[in-house]
Amino acid sequence: MSLLSRPARLTAIAAGVGLALVATGCGSTETSTPSAGSSVSEECAPFAEYGSFAGKTVSIYSPIRDTEADLFEQAWAPFAKCTGMKITYEGTGEFEAQIQVRADAGNPPDIAFFPQPGLLERFAKAGKLKPASDKVKQLTEQNWSPDWAKYATVDNVFYGAPLGASVKSFVWYSPKMFQEKGWAIPKTWDELMALSDTIAATGIKPWCAGIESGDATGWPATDWIEDVILRELGPEEYDNWVAHKLAFNDPKVVAAVDKVGAILKNEKYVNGGYGPVKSIASTAFQEGGVPITEGKCALHRQASFYSNFWPEGTKVAEDGDVFAFYLPGNDPAKKPVLGAGEFVAAFADRPEVQAVQAYLAGKEFPNTRMKLATYVSANKGVDLANAQNPIDKLSMEILQDPNTIFRFDGSDLMPAAVGAGTFWKGMTDWINGKDTKSTLDFIEASWPKS
Amino acid sequence: MTTIATPLTQTGAHAHTPSARVRRRLTSHGASLIAIVIALLWTTPTFGLFLSSFRPEDQIKQTGWWTFFADPQLTLENYQSVLFGTSSSSGQMASFLINSLVITIPSVLFPVALAVFAAYALSWLDFRGRDWIYIGIFALQVVPLQMALVPLLSFFSQGVELFGVTVLPAWDLEGPARFIQVWFAHTCFALPLGVFLLHNFMSELPGSLIEAARVDGATHGKILRTIVFPLVVPAIAALGIFQFLWVWNDLLVALIFAGGTADSAPMTVRLAQMAGTRGNEWQRLTAGAFVSIIVPLIVFLSAQRYFVRGLLAGGIKG
Repeated sequence: MSLLSRPARLTAIAAGVGLALVATGCGSTETSTPSAGSSVSEECAPFAEYGSFAGKTVSIYSPIRDTEADLFEQAWAPFAKCTGMKITYEGTGEFEAQIQVRADAGNPPDIAFFPQPGLLERFAKAGKLKPASDKVKQLTEQNWSPDWAKYATVDNVFYGAPLGASVKSFVWYSPKMFQEKGWAIPKTWDELMALSDTIAATGIKPWCAGIESGDATGWPATDWIEDVILRELGPEEYDNWVAHKLAFNDPKVVAAVDKVGAILKNEKYVNGGYGPVKSIASTAFQEGGVPITEGKCALHRQASFYSNFWPEGTKVAEDGDVFAFYLPGNDPAKKPVLGAGEFVAAFADRPEVQAVQAYLAGKEFPNTRMKLATYVSANKGVDLANAQNPIDKLSMEILQDPNTIFRFDGSDLMPAAVGAGTFWKGMTDWINGKDTKSTLDFIEASWPKS
Repeated sequence: MTTIATPLTQTGAHAHTPSARVRRRLTSHGASLIAIVIALLWTTPTFGLFLSSFRPEDQIKQTGWWTFFADPQLTLENYQSVLFGTSSSSGQMASFLINSLVITIPSVLFPVALAVFAAYALSWLDFRGRDWIYIGIFALQVVPLQMALVPLLSFFSQGVELFGVTVLPAWDLEGPARFIQVWFAHTCFALPLGVFLLHNFMSELPGSLIEAARVDGATHGKILRTIVFPLVVPAIAALGIFQFLWVWNDLLVALIFAGGTADSAPMTVRLAQMAGTRGNEWQRLTAGAFVSIIVPLIVFLSAQRYFVRGLLAGGIKG
């Protein structure tokens, strides 16, 4: 394909996206009317617009592995088959280190799923990443809120669309327990604290938590802090804090952290089912909320993906054994949401690579993926009817809500020395008894100069 | 082999030397008891892991292995899913096991063979600068292999270019051909230690043996084959076992040079992925660990004799 013809083709494709999706809708399994091109089989009709790339290979590198990786491969298999390309997928637990080595050595993958915008920014600034095509940019503007697109934009250049998402501002609880005891879901922070007192009065420790996670011990506590800072200081100040325009040991931050401390370091409130405050640091985050199912704890703040960790046979639903509610703020009218997700950035700009990026940015992919198993995407084009479980549905309702102010997990945006280092460590020490001020002073002092 | 073993026993035979005293103490009943206690302490976690690998998933996740005795439940499900699962989510360990063998065997043979030649040349061929080359190789052991990862990977993926002239084109290896990269890398990283170890051993051989062979008209090839080689077999075996265990258990080099796909990745890479994106499938790790232990265990037990002898050969000298 010549360079001149590319823009023309892209506009044609972009126009076609909407049409094709309208044509297939969400009921692609129904017998739809035969598509215009009779040579294209019905199954491949949605992918015709991406072009044909017989014999081409696109490699994808990502931190998502195992079952979820299988589901990804299943989801894009029809796309790969119809366009004739081969997509080789590689998931690794050492993504952050490996991608650096491979990029430095001139052997990068075609596409990488970045779970941290901070990492994406570093590669973009080093000139390793290729800017996203106009089509991807357009699809992103169409399907995601500007909050999301912002995280993949570096120096006004847009590098790639978001992929999956997780909502972190959730408090897990047991609907059964709440119903039996007549507790109501709190709508404000004050109500949440009042509820905690009520629960504590019944002899159950209201909160349970676990922040042990091997090398990453401490991260669940950082999510707590971020959530509360976002609520106390507001999104703008949150951005300033993340960008270090607001000092880590600023009195406002200290106050917010103390607000978390009022829960996590309160012997009356924690650690339901496990023991004293210090047991938080030694409890694996995977097991942090499990006492809820045993009736030994009532509340557990953890991201939507915690639905994977409940013991087998636990029903995750509004009327089931466990479910989650939105972690309330001071003002019920405002809904700041802390979350995370991946971004699809490319190290190559070959047409087949751009086609894959465009496919992943469209509505087709998240809907197909959602039908297979649990998945959350902030893509506005997803049909909530495809959600496989109530918590995914609730997550996507929150993400699609126009009143939602989305902010990315701050520790993924900060320099790695802090976001994946001293912040985690500081929080672990804090749980173990260090006071708030000296913890934050320690983190502030570790912020890389320059 | 016996020629090497005899001098060792002779040096230890003097009854009143300090080493003899140490030996006496180490073989007393008290020492044996301590050894047994240590062995028990060290084996207990492994035993627990072994027992866990046969327990059902929810039991592994909820209770410790010692509760097995109160409530024995056995299952082969973990092994089944780890070894033969058809989807990549539940193992496929069997194909990664093969990859591990394909990576490990050449990665042991190449460096050992090269090190034997190099060590012979450095100890028995007289040429200018020999000692300097030996010191150079010796010094290379100091370089951590992590430093060489990026340059070596770029050597494979981009070739070598000097002042704008392509000296060596990119290798462009894909799929199973990436085994070559791994072999190459492991060979490079193993050579300094291998040459050093074998050189120590070979240069200790009595010079009169080599001279006698020379007088009888043997070429260097012949000497290496018929005289030196049989004498250094224990050292070669020890080096081989070291290298085998190192390569078999290696994750770093494999991750970088073999990638993470079933085409070429070894078992260690698979083990690291097996617990799932968020580590929620860790019950598979027990069975996975045992599958990966079994081969080195066989190698170690069957060659244990050489292993110990090789270690002694390095340490007791002088």
